[in-house]
Amino acid sequence: MNIEVVVFGVSFVVALGSSIAMLFAKNAVHVALFLVAAQVALALTFLLQGAYFIAAVQIIVYAGAIMVLFLFVVMLLGVDRREALIEPLSGQRTIAVGLGALLAAEIVYVAVKGTEFVIGGRGEDALVTINEDPGNVKALARALFSDYLLPFEATSVLLVVAIVGVMVLARRMGHEGFLRETTEDEGSEGAETDAEVPA
Amino acid sequence: MTSVSPEYFLALAGLMFTIGVVGALTRRNAIVIFMFIELMLNAVNLAFVTFSRMHGTVDGQVVVFFVLVVAAAEVVVGLAIIISIFRRRRSANVDDVNLLKW
Repeated sequence: MNIEVVVFGVSFVVALGSSIAMLFAKNAVHVALFLVAAQVALALTFLLQGAYFIAAVQIIVYAGAIMVLFLFVVMLLGVDRREALIEPLSGQRTIAVGLGALLAAEIVYVAVKGTEFVIGGRGEDALVTINEDPGNVKALARALFSDYLLPFEATSVLLVVAIVGVMVLARRMGHEGFLRETTEDEGSEGAETDAEVPA
Repeated sequence: MTSVSPEYFLALAGLMFTIGVVGALTRRNAIVIFMFIELMLNAVNLAFVTFSRMHGTVDGQVVVFFVLVVAAAEVVVGLAIIISIFRRRRSANVDDVNLLKW
């Protein structure tokens, strides 16, 4: 048996299995750890398909940085209590699972039957040549800094907006500053909601 | 390059995306919902990498790169919103945030 088939089988089972386990895990930390497992398995499938740089970035940025941020917030908030099992909309879970099964059937059908619409480029061998001659990273860099230069610059603006937004959102209220007046309003509102919602 | 046919990768991507949708619809914890959204983004990344392989260009991989950047920004802002909601409500349950509900 081909080794690539074995690797794909392992990553398929791990990715799908840990995604399903995410659905049933009660603890938010367990959900995060299963997500890390799924992301590492996905990085394997990226490697199999010749996307070497993306596989490395997937591990470093997703399974590393982003998931550490998630775990940090889970620990910070201390939401290890079990989720409330009351359904505000009756039957929502059943309908969601039913529609999800329908969506899965549709997507898999399209994936299996519709691939001939996608094929129209230079074929798989072209990517092998690209990965050998300029190399995967070099080819990506060339595309990124020539054809995709404007979107690339736009992402830098996006990142600046995100950083400033987070600083505004996450600053602790009650310090001296330009938010002084709103702080008092928010303090009284917070007291009301605390009374409404039992902890 | 692998000998495994791209249909299997696309099917895996579709199944993981569906699991992400179902999880985001059924769970109640805001952080967990966020993680399922990340799962959906990851599944779409797999689909893009597969399309890049089928086309024989790196354009799909560049798109994955942008998805990564946008996902990172989205996670940072989203988690900050969740933290500020938690400070007010002492809860990360999405059903408790119903002030604007009709």
